[in-house]
Amino acid sequence: MTEQARPPTLEMRGITKRYPGVVANDHIDLDVRPGEIHALLGENGAGKSTLMNILYGLATPDEGQILMDGVPVTIRDPNDAIDRGISMVHQHFMLVPVLTVAENILLGDEPMANPIFLDRVAAHDRIRELGKQFGFEVDPDAKVGNLSVGWQQRVEILKALYRQANILVLDEPTAVLTPQETREIFAVLRQLTSEVGTSVIFISHKLYEVLDVADRITVIRRGKVVGSRVPAETNEEDLAELMVGRDVNLTVDRGESHPTDIMLVANEVRVNDDRGHEVVHGVSFEVRAGEIFGIAGVAGNGQDELVESITGLRRTTGGTLTLAGESIATASPRELHAHGVGFVPADRHRFGLVLSFPLTDNIVLNDYQSEPYSRGLVRDADAIRARTEACVTEFDVRTPSTAVPAGTLSGGNQQKLVVAREFGRDLKLLILDQPTRGLDVGSVEFIHSETIKRRDKGTAILLVSAELDEVLELSDRIGVMYRGELVAIVDARSADKEEIGLLMATGGKVGSDATKKMTTELEQAS
Amino acid sequence: MTAADSQPHTEAPPPAEAERRAHAPLWRRVLQVVAVPAVAVVGALIVGAIIISLSSLASGSLDLLLPLRAYADMFQGAFGSTRGILFTIASATPLILGGMAVGIGFKAGLFNIGAQGQFLMGALGSAAVGAWLAGAPGLVAVPIAIISGALLGAAWGFIPGALKAWTGAHEVVTTIMLNFIAGAVIGYLVTGPLEFEGFSFSRTGPLGNAELPAFEGTTIHLGVFIAFALVPVVWWLLWRSTLGFEIRTVGANPDAARYAGMHPALITILTMSLCGLLAGLAGAGQILGISHFMTPSYGTSIGFDSISIALLGRSNPFGIAAAALLFGAMRAGSGLMQINAGIPVEIIDVIQALILLFLAADIVIRRMLRIRADGAEPEELQTVTKSYGSGNAL
Amino acid sequence: MDVLYGIPIIGVLIQFIGYVVEVTPGIAPIVLGLAAPIALGAMCGIMNERSGIVNIGIEGMMLSGAFAGFLVAGLVHQSMGPVEGFGPFGITPALLAGVAAAIVVAMLLSALHAWLSITIAADQIISGVIINVAALGLTGYLNRLLITPNPRLGAGTFSTFRIPPEVADFPVIGWILEMFLEQGPIAISVVAFVIVLQVLLFRSRWGLRTRAVGEHPRAAETVGVNVVRMRYRNVIMAGIFAGLAGAYLTLEGTSSFQNGMTAGRGFIALAAVIFGRWTPVGAFGAAVLFAYSGAFGQAIRIRPPGIEYPDLGAIVAAIPSQVYGSLPYIVTIVILAGVVGRSIPPAAVGRPYRKEEQT
Repeated sequence: MTEQARPPTLEMRGITKRYPGVVANDHIDLDVRPGEIHALLGENGAGKSTLMNILYGLATPDEGQILMDGVPVTIRDPNDAIDRGISMVHQHFMLVPVLTVAENILLGDEPMANPIFLDRVAAHDRIRELGKQFGFEVDPDAKVGNLSVGWQQRVEILKALYRQANILVLDEPTAVLTPQETREIFAVLRQLTSEVGTSVIFISHKLYEVLDVADRITVIRRGKVVGSRVPAETNEEDLAELMVGRDVNLTVDRGESHPTDIMLVANEVRVNDDRGHEVVHGVSFEVRAGEIFGIAGVAGNGQDELVESITGLRRTTGGTLTLAGESIATASPRELHAHGVGFVPADRHRFGLVLSFPLTDNIVLNDYQSEPYSRGLVRDADAIRARTEACVTEFDVRTPSTAVPAGTLSGGNQQKLVVAREFGRDLKLLILDQPTRGLDVGSVEFIHSETIKRRDKGTAILLVSAELDEVLELSDRIGVMYRGELVAIVDARSADKEEIGLLMATGGKVGSDATKKMTTELEQAS
Repeated sequence: MTAADSQPHTEAPPPAEAERRAHAPLWRRVLQVVAVPAVAVVGALIVGAIIISLSSLASGSLDLLLPLRAYADMFQGAFGSTRGILFTIASATPLILGGMAVGIGFKAGLFNIGAQGQFLMGALGSAAVGAWLAGAPGLVAVPIAIISGALLGAAWGFIPGALKAWTGAHEVVTTIMLNFIAGAVIGYLVTGPLEFEGFSFSRTGPLGNAELPAFEGTTIHLGVFIAFALVPVVWWLLWRSTLGFEIRTVGANPDAARYAGMHPALITILTMSLCGLLAGLAGAGQILGISHFMTPSYGTSIGFDSISIALLGRSNPFGIAAAALLFGAMRAGSGLMQINAGIPVEIIDVIQALILLFLAADIVIRRMLRIRADGAEPEELQTVTKSYGSGNAL
Repeated sequence: MDVLYGIPIIGVLIQFIGYVVEVTPGIAPIVLGLAAPIALGAMCGIMNERSGIVNIGIEGMMLSGAFAGFLVAGLVHQSMGPVEGFGPFGITPALLAGVAAAIVVAMLLSALHAWLSITIAADQIISGVIINVAALGLTGYLNRLLITPNPRLGAGTFSTFRIPPEVADFPVIGWILEMFLEQGPIAISVVAFVIVLQVLLFRSRWGLRTRAVGEHPRAAETVGVNVVRMRYRNVIMAGIFAGLAGAYLTLEGTSSFQNGMTAGRGFIALAAVIFGRWTPVGAFGAAVLFAYSGAFGQAIRIRPPGIEYPDLGAIVAAIPSQVYGSLPYIVTIVILAGVVGRSIPPAAVGRPYRKEEQT
């Protein structure tokens, strides 16, 4: 399967890529041998997708080199990548929903009956052929938008196979698949590598899958390679430790919490996403006044929709939500605000701020219509300015004045502005969604300490974050969200970081024993 | 689950930069706001001059000095005499209202191309009611006639607003269709039920006491004062009232508006009606103050003029007033220009289009002048199409 | 029949149908001509929107094409002197030059729109408005400057193809054949263009890539399609249709130019695009519907329902004639309001495509 004598099919040396404020890839080295399945493992934001985008020509590295079969190459755009036999299956499908399977597969590489017209017959034949070879019979004339997610994934893979890829990159391919579909995809991958000699790069954050299917595993954390393993020589705990790191950066002393009355109760809450699929499957938890309940989990497991349903921006499809005993499932954002609910949204540019408006307008975004900020139609500019200045001072928002547009503030100060607005009232319940994403250390520290202060004043706080460190640092109790379910609720004092990391990545349902069972099944199938 | 988490939001300029800008001297800040419109106007005049020069070829020889004579005539016609200045102000009056009618729409993320139809309906309303109340005491006739015009214009704005809010039909097409329909309605009514006997051509009845009082011998009527007075009122409405805050928020960030408890659909309807009201008021002013009656083919160029003025004035009532005076001057002086220099008045339309072109290419202008975009850019130029591709509309 | 007239609504309905059946063969010949500029404008709109670009400047492009076509044809005619028209369509060099000029001008305006929308990424609707205002202003200006002093300028029009009377008298299909074939060259070609565009859009490589670019440009980019280049090419080529529409107005439908003569057809074309669900055949059907409503409105004025249709006649007489003239505009609004909610445009339409690196 691997030949030591030949140069690696692909080598990426010292790849570095910087974006404003963060180093996405920090001198990353990677080599992939012919016919191997090489897994890239890491948390959200670790830099895996950036690296592959560079490989596929969707981004250019600031430093570093790419070599294929030992020869340095430049890849400027996807066409270059495709010409060199690199095919990529993106995490968010690059499929056009209104076109058919055949049309999606052929796009860019169409077989022509003559200079103008497509040779649909040839295309159909080739697609069916490929499908048979690898075990999926897909109807070339079906509209992709009507296919299930699992089948769409297969179409994406067929796209790559159709182009006879030498190197196939799969970005989180099993994120949306059922275990059954996952097994089938893995069988295809093995067939590809052993029969055809394709090399596969498999990006994932799912430990057991990676252990299952990869020949080699490279772990990336915060933009750097932190380790390389062979599955036989490692296990889930080892990988989890590499992924999340052992040290927890404690920036604040949490102190003891003194929870009192139950504030927020979620009971069997179900929520759909924008496409109508259920993404929150009966979640139940409660948050008491004076405590911080943190929900940990990889982004995309239903947290956004859950938070939106609690804050009145999305309807629930089942279950109940109550605040201090009153149902809030159908409450509007304004009603919730009046009931003492504060919300720091994950996307501050969308729900949190109006970037072109001055700080003053942003501070009163939720209160502009009530006294003292306005009386009927007339706004009281002085009252608004006074409140803004108080907020700016109290929350240390660095700004030359309160009249500048919010968009001129740095990310950290923008977030502090939102926090100032939401924190600066008597609150029963405070919801924080990714509150420190992309912020500098100073702002993070500040927001964390303010959060603890509010907790001690008796506010019930719900924290949702993909940053495990943050959740561990602030929460009194921790829940782990995986595929739309709350798979565990633990006391923070006794929580083990690696254990939680494992829960985030596996849902706790698949442990080492189950992994072994799956491996055996697959071996028997192939 | 993408590395969107690793890519932070686009960083704004560091605080030091913003600080420097906020503390820049007043003249500097004014310059930044005025720069792009000013360059657009000057650029348009220059290109217009080139076109005028080239047109001189039509009469035989290339006359490079023709544009200078033409512009001089225009200036003379607009500002060279007291009569001219008053005419300029009177010409600017409906443009101020029309410009605000479009500008308020922009602020809400709406593109009101229907100012023309709303103007016509306002004119019609006031002409009809004015004629009907011609004998009543002026104190009664005048206000009622004005209000009728304004309300009818508001109704003509309500229709596309409601259609947009309830069915998603994009206001760009519906307002234009309504412009044509307004023309047809006027054609029918003025030759039918509203026709006044006794004239050799179709027209509405004399206004009598419903005419707007005016200064003796001039075209400066009450409507002029109303229009100028409305400028600070609209400014106050947009920037100091809760309603204005809602309008601007819905236009700037509909998601945040929803979170803030506002109702984008309601605001859309209200805003379009308000726009129609202002344009209708402009029509009422023209009829009650200047023309004194309507004909079946009553025409106006206010529709497109208002768009240019709103964009030039950055949707700010004071800016709009300035732009309206500029256009008013151009239109007032174009008569003399046509007589003396022989340039067709339509050149104003050409210059107008050039102004729009320069405004749209403002990014190119910015690079030329090295002005940084800091929230002082014409956001109207970037917001309108947002509502288009959301599954509704065109 | 008379008995059924007694029942109020049914009576009117039957009379209406009867009137329509009676009047239609008479107005059928002019329907295609009326529909031609709208249909061609719709083809332009489809090419734009299928690629993801909003173009409301079609009206201005049409108007400019109409003017340029008229002017150039007139000037060529003037310099060449009268020439015998060639073939069944009465083609003269002047007319050909006019058509060419119309197309070129419309393509230039399309290039401007493409530049503003794609490279400058300005608001696409405003770009369209600019083109409309510029067209109105420039054509008005140049009209006053060049044509008004020259009232006899003009190259005439293309002739209508005459079908042999035996064919025209065929029982049922006679008037249909007449409708489609007794037209000038541009109007006849409309049907061909519609069919060709329909086939190309759904069966050719160009069509597939265009649709991908309008629905999911990033997906197209990832398989190597050059989104920016496709959009530029499509927008500019679409100008050909707008130019032809303009040429029809001054070189086939009428033989003169009036300020603002497009009278909103460019916008009605956009409504036709929506109504036809962004397909050439569908938009053509919609254009025919609009044209028919306009022609029907005219017919009602010229030949109002007579004694055979008592109730209908009464209703018709009561409605002001201007309503019939406004029928296309009213129909457009009704369609937009009713259909739009259910009509799904190309997913990426109106959004500037940034080739930025997105991780």
